[in-house]
Amino acid sequence: MASIKGHKSSEMGLHEEVLTGRTQQVFFNPEESENFVYHDSYEVDFNKRTEIDASNIECLEINSKIKELMSQGYGTIVIKNPGSKHSIGVGILNKLNLIVEGSLGYFGIGSVDGPNVRISGRVGWSCAENMMAGKVVIEKNAGSCFGAAIRGGDLICKGSVGARSGIDMKGGTIIVGGDAGAFTGFMMQRGRIVILGDVGPNLADSLYDGTIFVGGKIKSLGADAVEAEMTDLDVSWLKRKLKVAEIDKKVDFEKMTKIVSGKKLWNYDNLEPAERKGAI
Amino acid sequence: MAKKKKVKAKKKSSSAKVKDKGIKTAREKMIGQHIGYRYDVNLLPDYDRLTPFLKKYIEHMGWDDLNWLEDVHMGYEDGKPAVFDRNINGWVTTPSNLKLPEDQQDRDMIARELLIKFQMSSNHPLVTLKKAYKKN
Repeated sequence: MASIKGHKSSEMGLHEEVLTGRTQQVFFNPEESENFVYHDSYEVDFNKRTEIDASNIECLEINSKIKELMSQGYGTIVIKNPGSKHSIGVGILNKLNLIVEGSLGYFGIGSVDGPNVRISGRVGWSCAENMMAGKVVIEKNAGSCFGAAIRGGDLICKGSVGARSGIDMKGGTIIVGGDAGAFTGFMMQRGRIVILGDVGPNLADSLYDGTIFVGGKIKSLGADAVEAEMTDLDVSWLKRKLKVAEIDKKVDFEKMTKIVSGKKLWNYDNLEPAERKGAI
Repeated sequence: MAKKKKVKAKKKSSSAKVKDKGIKTAREKMIGQHIGYRYDVNLLPDYDRLTPFLKKYIEHMGWDDLNWLEDVHMGYEDGKPAVFDRNINGWVTTPSNLKLPEDQQDRDMIARELLIKFQMSSNHPLVTLKKAYKKN
């Protein structure tokens, strides 16, 4: 590869490829040592606790402070007076206990990988969008697009959530203690959604894969969403998960409705017009 | 003659299975790849089969269960057992000398363990990428 040092493109951020010699095929090394965190994550102690008063600072500064405190080893951070500010607590790729005393605006706790977050108030739309791992608990209600495109972790709302919760989700678990709005699980590809209350119209529309459990009434199912039989493993998993979610509602797990993909849309462009009509 | 034909047919079908395990429908043949997942992505973990390493990991992270690892399963890549690493958006193949158990639940637990070791390793491809492209 020709050198690009000294070239204008280098100044603009393009650098030489340093991955030479690596193949596309990657193998596990069985002799790797035991390590539970990413190589460059901060060593934090859950017992080391501190607070941030967010009343007079903007979200960028709040997020920088969280990072700075983690680098100092703080494992428990309390955000006071969040004032429903947007995009707070995003991009935390570390183990951490984050406690928010109040409510958040939109896109709160987005793109996180690892932390345990507790929010005592409400959250705006797209909370925990693109979450990778960790546990997020919201004590009150959440706006629309709750857990949009999440890939892993447990996202819990003890109250009700708006429309399109779990849209495009690719893994993880969303648990809703109350009701959920229209188009819940829209274009869901993987993961699990548990709703203990009622659900609005078009549940799991265009569901590719994944599972949805509903405790209450379903207004209507979306395209290619079908009912399936509950198994013993489902029931034992649900019991365990609701304990993790700290929801102590009395639930008859065996009476819950399980929704999965009918898999008719998997070959959508190959369907005959009449079949297509039936699937939709 | 009939017996010979039968043997031939059997041989053909077994080699075809290895080559194109997932490709069955006309649509899959047309596009040359499998549609959908090749294993049960909805299989819930059996917590009685947790390995000691995974128990330690859960405790270290301060979680109550497998969390994001519930979605990790032992799948297949190019006919070999492999685990999908979302961070590199690719499959990681198990070592050829690693004997895997028959039960899918046990295989999944091993997949989870291997994936953590791989992702948290200083040899992970993202470590090199980060060194090259990280903003200061």
